[in-house]
Order: sequence, then C-alpha cells, then structure tokens
Amino acid sequence: MDAAITKAEDHPVQNIDTHTDTRDYLAHSRRDAERKGYADWLIVDVDAHHVESVSWAEVTEYIEDPVVRHQATMYQKERVGAPPYGLNGDLGLRYQDVGGRIPHQSSQREKVEETDVHRDVVLTRRAMHGLAVDYMVLFPTPMLFLGMHPQTDMEVFLCQAYNRWLTERILPGEPGIVTLVVLPFNTPDEALKMVEKYADNPNVIGFCVTSTRYKPVHANEYMKLYRAIEESGKPIAFHAGYHWQDPSLATCNTFLGMHSLGFTWCNIVHMTNWVLNGIPERFPKLKTLWVESGLAWVPFLMQRLDDQYLMRQSEAPLLKKMPSDYMRENCWYTCQPMEKSNMRALECTFEMINADSQLLYSSDWPHFDFDTPSVIHDLPFLTEQSKRNILGLNAAKIFGLNPKGPKAG
Amino acid sequence: MQTIRVGAVEEFEDRSKRVVTVGDAEIGVFRLGDDFHAWRNVCPHQGGPVCQGRLYPLVRENLDDQMKSHGRLYDEDKLNIVCPWHGLEFDVRTGKHPGTSELALDPVTVQVEAGDVYVLL
Repeated sequence: MDAAITKAEDHPVQNIDTHTDTRDYLAHSRRDAERKGYADWLIVDVDAHHVESVSWAEVTEYIEDPVVRHQATMYQKERVGAPPYGLNGDLGLRYQDVGGRIPHQSSQREKVEETDVHRDVVLTRRAMHGLAVDYMVLFPTPMLFLGMHPQTDMEVFLCQAYNRWLTERILPGEPGIVTLVVLPFNTPDEALKMVEKYADNPNVIGFCVTSTRYKPVHANEYMKLYRAIEESGKPIAFHAGYHWQDPSLATCNTFLGMHSLGFTWCNIVHMTNWVLNGIPERFPKLKTLWVESGLAWVPFLMQRLDDQYLMRQSEAPLLKKMPSDYMRENCWYTCQPMEKSNMRALECTFEMINADSQLLYSSDWPHFDFDTPSVIHDLPFLTEQSKRNILGLNAAKIFGLNPKGPKAG
Repeated sequence: MQTIRVGAVEEFEDRSKRVVTVGDAEIGVFRLGDDFHAWRNVCPHQGGPVCQGRLYPLVRENLDDQMKSHGRLYDEDKLNIVCPWHGLEFDVRTGKHPGTSELALDPVTVQVEAGDVYVLL
C-alpha cells in the first residue's frame, strides 16, 4: 500500500430522501452552474411546480361562493381519509416516484424555519438557487386535472380561489416567482373574467389552459377569450397532463407507457385543432406556448399535418401557409422533458421549430423527469447565443421580463 | 495516484454503502458480500448524485414457459443503486444500466488491505 494515505470524509448527506433539503438535493446542479458561470446568464424556468394541495385548507378559504367555501372548510377540518376538497383526478394512481426511487417527487418534507414568507416561497427559492434560475414560473400540480372535473362550477371555484391565493400569498414573497394563472376553461365566460382581472398584474405573465380536457379549443365560445388574451399582450399556454381514464390510454398497463403518451397526446389534439381551424389567422398576435410535452411530438405533427393538408386544403380554408409554418412562427415551446437519445433527431427538431427564437427552457422541478439548465447548455450543436436565447432571453421577450433579472433596476 | 482510506471493512454492513468526499470528488463505496465496489457520485444521465440514492434489487418480468407474464419479481442476487434525481438504476457490481449499454457509472479502483477499505484516485 502507498505510503501517502489520505482519509476520506463522509459526505454530509449519505442518503437523499423525502426530508432532504432541496439545496442538498440539487447541490450537483448548483455546482455545475457555478462551474459554467450561469450567474452571467439570464435563466428563466418556464415550468416549475408546487404542490398546492399541501396548502389546500388555505386555498379553500379563498373560494368566493360562501356555501361552497363553508362546505370546503368543514371538509378540510373534519373529513378523514379523503383527498383535498373538490379536487378530481387519479387518487392513488400517482406512481411518478417509481416506488420510492425518486423521493423529491413523493414529497418535500424538509425543514423550513423561515416564517416571514409562505413555505412554498422558501421551497421555490431553494429550487431557484439549485437550478441557478432567475425567474421561476410556478404552476399547480393536482389542479392540472381540473379540466376533467364533472362539476364545471367547481373548476371555476377552485381556479378563482387558487389564483387569488397564489397572487396574494405566494408571488409577492419573491420577485422572481411568477405565474400563468389557471383558467376555468370549461366555462369560457368565467375564463374571460379571469383574464380581465389579471391582465395588468405584473406577477401574472400569461394565462394557462390545463390540456387534459375534451372541449375543442376552436369552439366559437372561446373567441372572446382569445381576443382578450391577445389584447393583453400575454401568451396563452397549454400545459400538458395525463389522464389514465382516457379510453385509449386505459389500455396502457404501465405508468411509463401512459405518461409517455398522455403528456403529448392532449397537446397533439389541441395543436391540431388550433392550427387547422386557423386560430393563428384569426388572432395573429396571440402567442401560444406548449408546455411539458417535450419536443419530439412537434416534428411528427408538423409532417403529418402538412402531408394531409395539401390533399384536403378545403377543410382548412383559413390557412394561408402550411400547418408547420404556423407551428414554427406562431407557437413557442418549452423543452422539458427533452428527448435526448438521438442527438441528430434533436438537432433536426431544433431546426424545424426554429428553436433559436421559439424554444424556452423549463425544468418541471420537482417532478421526476425534471431537466436542469445544462440539458440546453451542454448541447453540442448550439451557438452560445442560441443557448442564451433558449435558457432565458426568449422567455424575457415573450413574457416581457427584465433581461437583467428580477432584482435589476 | 492517490490512496484514500475509506474505513474499516467491519464498518460496512453487507449490501450497504457509504458516500465519501476527497476534495471536490464524491465517491460511493458499496459492499456486497466480501466484495467492495466504488463509483463516482455522478449520474451519467444528468449529473445527479447517484450514490446518494436508494438501493433496490433488480426487477425481472415473471414469464412462464409459454411466455405469459405473471407480473414482476425482485431478483435479490442483483442490487442496483438508483439515482434520486430521475430514477436511473445501475448495477452495484458492474456499474451498468440494466436497460442499455450506453450508460454506466464511472468506476473508482477500490482495494481491501489488512481489514481496511481504500479507494485510489
């Protein structure tokens, strides 16, 4: 044995679990960010989440209808063994953590000693630190299922309550935390009121439709809503989700299969209807953002729609160019979960969507398939300017964010 | 080459691990029976802290001789370390991902001498 022997130190975090501090969980990402000098880059994470149901008793206090609010209060106080009041969804079918293999997806039970701001602000700050993010766009989690709610009124009540709670209790706690308010899309008149209410709120940088729903996005009743969003200058985002009760997805016996398809399928359907019905021609200044479907579906759909459109133009008479042109010029995309197993296919995808101006970085933290900024930074085929565009500058442009960061003058 | 003492063999229970630091380097040291294995604490997928994850036996599909599936089983002879960032699994003995030859952990030489465990960097 060599005479010069050093003693190893035990790592302070031997096992990462549901109690691990987010900063420890993301320590490798933070170190990577320091090594790569991200402090000089604007990084905007366009899709991160918090688990709003942890604070559901607070959220339901914001329900405007007095009877429903009272019902919710009593339910939260007394009902045992049930999910949070009014939320629909998949109950115990949440297998995202792969049987405990990915603890941060299960829960974040880390210590929070700060009392000056809400716990969700502290957790989001820690994630922003770990991912070296200047702005983080916060979305809810279980509420992504609300489009499938059997009571359309409940979607309205809960969206109203959550948006008020979020904008009053969470967003003021940290200048870099912003949101796209969730619209009760199954009730277009109420969605329109929501847009009018938040159009001038500086922490609300756009409007979100949760994509798991069966109402067609080209229905005439939405035109007033699209007009109002276009006039606000803020984008509309379609945030993907899954829905295992969808009859075709119900044939999938694994979460892997169902989730892979579900998170793309809803946006494939909405994009198809959006483009073929000429919504970009009707509202040329309306910016649409397609969130959390990854990217591989986009070239597939571009080619598929172009191919069929040429033979059946009379079914889409509003279009003045190919479907793929609208998908490239009128639509923006978030990258996560970015499919990376074939680098040539990914490079081709970037070219097809004009990623230099249309692609935005998103982490999806704290979910199991989150991406760090390095998934963009480390791509071999991008220029540094393209990387800067995708990691932050494109988002600053589309959302009107300060390109020097939230704390700059 | 630097020789670093990790600890005494008896400090490691069978099928256990210890994550150590040497300067900026982080290394996971694993014991399986009488054998020790060491890997860099960097997941080849996205750089996650793979050795700080949980240990799981390999999962196998339970097929009968007619190729019908009867669910899944744990193979207790194979032990995987699971990256806590995204769940990628790697065989503790070989460092290989069980589903692709494209991904493997970065090995660190480990030696046992006179009842002590060392890694060489």
